[in-house]
Amino acid sequence: MIPSALSYTKAGTLDEALAAVAAGARPLAGGQSLVPMMRLRLAAPEGLVDLGGLAELVGICEDGDELAVGAMTTHRSVAADPQILASCHVVAQAASGVGSLVIRNRGTIGGSLGHADPHADLPAALLAAGGAVIVRSSRGERRIEADDLVTSYLTTSLASDELITQVRLPKGAARSAYAKFHRRAIDWSIVGVGVTIGSAGTRVAVTGVGDRPLRATGFEDVINAGGSLDEAVAQAGTGMSPLDDLDGSAEYKLHLVGVLARQAYTEASGR
Amino acid sequence: MATVERVTSGGIGDSVLRKEDRKFVTGEGRYVDDLKLPGMLHGAFVRSSFGHARIVSIDASAALAMPGVHAVLTHATLPVVTGVLSASNPGGDVRHPEQAVLAKEFARYVGEPVAMVIADDRYLASDAVNAVHVEYEPLPVVVDAEQALAPGAPLVHAEYDSNLCKTLESITDGFDAALAKAPRKVTLRVHNQRVTPMPMETRGCIGDWSNSTGEVTLYTSTQVAHFVRTFISIVCGTSEAKVRVVTPDVGGGFGAKLNTYREEFAVCAASKVVGRPVKWIEDRTENAVATIHGRDQTQYYEAGVAENGRILALKLDAIQNNGAYNQLLTPSISHLTLFMVPGCYDIQDVSITIRQAFTNTTPTDAYRGAGRPEATHGIERLLDAIADELGLDPVEVRRTNFITEFPYASATGLSYDSGDYAATMDVALGHADYAGFEARRAESKQNGRYRGIGLSTYVEVCGLAPSAVTAALGIGAPGWEHSTVRLHPTGKATVITGTSPHGQGHATSWSQIAQTELGIPFEDVEVIHGDTAFQPYGLGTYGSRSLAVGGIALYRSLGKVREKARELAAHLLECSVDDLEWTGTSWQVKGSPDRAKTIQELAYAGWTAATLPEGIEPVLEATTFHDPPNFTFPFGTHICEVEIDPTTGRIEILQYTAVDDCGNVINPMIVDGQVHGGIIQGLGQALFEETVYADDGQMRTPTLVEYLVPSAADVPPMSLHRTTTPSPSNPLGVKGIGEAGTIAASAAIVNAAVDALSVLGIRHIEMPMQPARIWKLIEEAKS
Ligand SMILES: Cc1cc2nc3c(=O)[nH]c(=O)nc-3n(C[C@H](O)[C@H](O)[C@H](O)COP(=O)(O)OP(=O)(O)OC[C@H]3O[C@@H](n4cnc5c(N)ncnc54)[C@H](O)[C@@H]3O)c2cc1C
Repeated sequence: MIPSALSYTKAGTLDEALAAVAAGARPLAGGQSLVPMMRLRLAAPEGLVDLGGLAELVGICEDGDELAVGAMTTHRSVAADPQILASCHVVAQAASGVGSLVIRNRGTIGGSLGHADPHADLPAALLAAGGAVIVRSSRGERRIEADDLVTSYLTTSLASDELITQVRLPKGAARSAYAKFHRRAIDWSIVGVGVTIGSAGTRVAVTGVGDRPLRATGFEDVINAGGSLDEAVAQAGTGMSPLDDLDGSAEYKLHLVGVLARQAYTEASGR
Repeated sequence: MATVERVTSGGIGDSVLRKEDRKFVTGEGRYVDDLKLPGMLHGAFVRSSFGHARIVSIDASAALAMPGVHAVLTHATLPVVTGVLSASNPGGDVRHPEQAVLAKEFARYVGEPVAMVIADDRYLASDAVNAVHVEYEPLPVVVDAEQALAPGAPLVHAEYDSNLCKTLESITDGFDAALAKAPRKVTLRVHNQRVTPMPMETRGCIGDWSNSTGEVTLYTSTQVAHFVRTFISIVCGTSEAKVRVVTPDVGGGFGAKLNTYREEFAVCAASKVVGRPVKWIEDRTENAVATIHGRDQTQYYEAGVAENGRILALKLDAIQNNGAYNQLLTPSISHLTLFMVPGCYDIQDVSITIRQAFTNTTPTDAYRGAGRPEATHGIERLLDAIADELGLDPVEVRRTNFITEFPYASATGLSYDSGDYAATMDVALGHADYAGFEARRAESKQNGRYRGIGLSTYVEVCGLAPSAVTAALGIGAPGWEHSTVRLHPTGKATVITGTSPHGQGHATSWSQIAQTELGIPFEDVEVIHGDTAFQPYGLGTYGSRSLAVGGIALYRSLGKVREKARELAAHLLECSVDDLEWTGTSWQVKGSPDRAKTIQELAYAGWTAATLPEGIEPVLEATTFHDPPNFTFPFGTHICEVEIDPTTGRIEILQYTAVDDCGNVINPMIVDGQVHGGIIQGLGQALFEETVYADDGQMRTPTLVEYLVPSAADVPPMSLHRTTTPSPSNPLGVKGIGEAGTIAASAAIVNAAVDALSVLGIRHIEMPMQPARIWKLIEEAKS
């Protein structure tokens, strides 16, 4: 529980932060995932660049048919934001269920997406909403759709010099919900399911059943073809292969996918 | 629970806010890690990463080459093999494998200390630990106690012919006949899983050795400072007078710090080597492997029962996992289980056999309840199994078997001094609305949920302990306690206690006793503990003993001071002692309030010693070493009501009712706090906590992500009540309440869950009752 030696700088501007990241420093957002990993020496960055002073990365505003959420916006702010609650509920609901209040006061949406933990809620919620992130480097800016963001266990499609600056949430994801199952109130999801019933069809994404959030295409296909909820639930875990571990067997987790998909879908339909 | 008014000052029976809390809640507590001695260095341990291995070589050259690293100690440089003294030899001939302070040739569990690094700071020490290269030759591992006792199991200690540490037995002459005669037999297997005490403050210590005087001071987070001093002095071969053990504020123990540990000796030895103080603070993942665990007992019950549920004979064959070594009290913990196997039931024919096994795991020892939760959980599960088998109400089966006459000589040799088990049960049944339960069950069923209710009627033995009894039980330490009461010239008081509070609020309760018994206002009493330099021997805090033993020692010292003050008052008032009456704050001539001396005036007069009665020494001060005549036997009934969602397997506790009888109460608020915390710890074991080893000896629950301690949000609504049956064994009529909640809770919760699922034919559930397990049971039962 003692991290190894490292250097620390606090970025005064986004350009400073980008330069530091390009030079090999690891971005530090709320520290709620990175610091525990460092204490366990599962991560041993030689340098940290703290994004905590960058006001331009904090806040939520409308931008066309999307909401633009600064990467350093905390889970607590996301969970309480009236615009997100109204037009992209699944993300607000996922944020409201992260850890405890202390974690939500510090942890950020950008940090959660950048971290890409296979049990994290925000990546699955963003995937269910069909959102995206804007990433920047000294080379420029690009957009990564949620479907392409997380590539495997703790790994994203960001280049090593890129930072997430903004998260883009579609305003058309009002009829959406997030359901998670965990043991204690402060725990990570064993399984979490986000559902969005949008004009282009229903999107369902699941956390905890693979090395990254997965679309529940089995469920989506049935519902989008006009099938019943029961039929969709029966197909919810298709193509997923969770691990047996202390949280439960693969069979149990696949069962939970169906239970939570039903719950989230029913809730979303009611919005 | 009737809301009690909380006050900031008071005597016995008042809910006085804790005087020690201000410093804790404002961050001004001083724990070991807050202490910084001049020139202090920092230690860290290289620990075995194998469950069982021969240490082929240790190469510390890279670590030693790091600037700021002062030394790396190994068994070669610190060849001390009595690393831990076990003070426990129940029944004699217990196998006590030697423990080297730093592993000698073999490492026998993941986390066993192999080398110690001493460096300028904690970070560097950790880096240097990673730079020490240990070559291990892996050996076969056994982590499960039943497997360890099977023929052909890998030997944890090659010097013994098996992994058996000790077999404890208690078999009554009439057992076989009684079992044979019983018309019905009920069997049950219960596994009481391994858990980790997890105090908020991990362990930590600072050794400060003076090479010029040979004196050593050890600052350590412990429940038993004096015992640690004795241990250090024996291991170092030096006089106790040269060893000082200081216990600053301690952030929780739960039994984890009722011990002597290798690290406590290692910091002293390291300080001697480097000539500077050496601090070691255990980190959280280190705590998971390096500090004792609790429980890990597997029980096979068989009860011979009459058709009305009366238990005629009770058999228990149990296997206790001791871990790789015996710590301070390891072999005695399951001995406590043995004593309490019959619980609060009148069962005169028993056959109890407990086999203790060594395994390649962290040693187990006392954890809140220490042996007694194992007994209570088992017998309370068994009572429900009997009720189920015979188609009887669990309440009636309990009523049929309750002990009703006291004192009661138990089949295992205890003398229960008092009790009224049916009374607490009836109060609890009322508060829990047991009569209305079936309607609530039906309502849940309508919503697709299973509702259940479960009882745990417990008696426990605490107030450890009459010294003759601890000796007879093979415990190498007595059970008395010390107190000194000292009145200062200003009339204020210092109370020195041999107990060692680490969250229990003794500063408050002891001040309340002093106010009531001696008339010194609560706020004028200062309570001191935990420094061997200025107090006589004390035995510390564990086994719910502090009030029933240490509190009585205090009561007696207060009485001695009051009597001495009386002689002084008689002298000053020129009357006979028989003419005086005690008003609560002063001695006065009977019926003459104008002729009186307050205790403060008498304290001053005793100090000035201007005129003293014949044969009376100056100063109002008294000391007592109190050895209790018996244990105390708190009891009660806990009732839990749960609802289970069959789609996820989640158990929700809807209501938890506790009626405890801990005798007379000094501070009701503190008692409620102990009951709350105790229940939550039992709930943790029932629902969340389990220390899991993989077959290769690796721990699968090394952090708080895997080892789930209940959080505030997981605490159910609790309704706490009391009945009061004063203990006849001490003048305050007090018992103990520190462990009762934990002892009672797990069985009430599991019984409720089993009751909920009994409609599916489910008869038993092992702990922890995690959702995945419950879901699987339901699925299996349905198919
Ligand atoms: C007790 C506890 C319980 C938790 N429970 C949950 C839960 O239930 N559900 C859940 O989803 N999460 C949970 N979390 C994790 C929480 O959501 C974290 O806040 C989140 O995973 C990381 O966000 P952060 O701001 O703290 O990032 P940090 O920890 O600072 O960083 C995490 C990673 O992201 C990188 N990073 C940070 N910012 C950026 C950026 N702008 N661009 C690119 N990379 C970046 C960092 O370099 C690091 O690798 C829990 C955490 C704890 C400690």
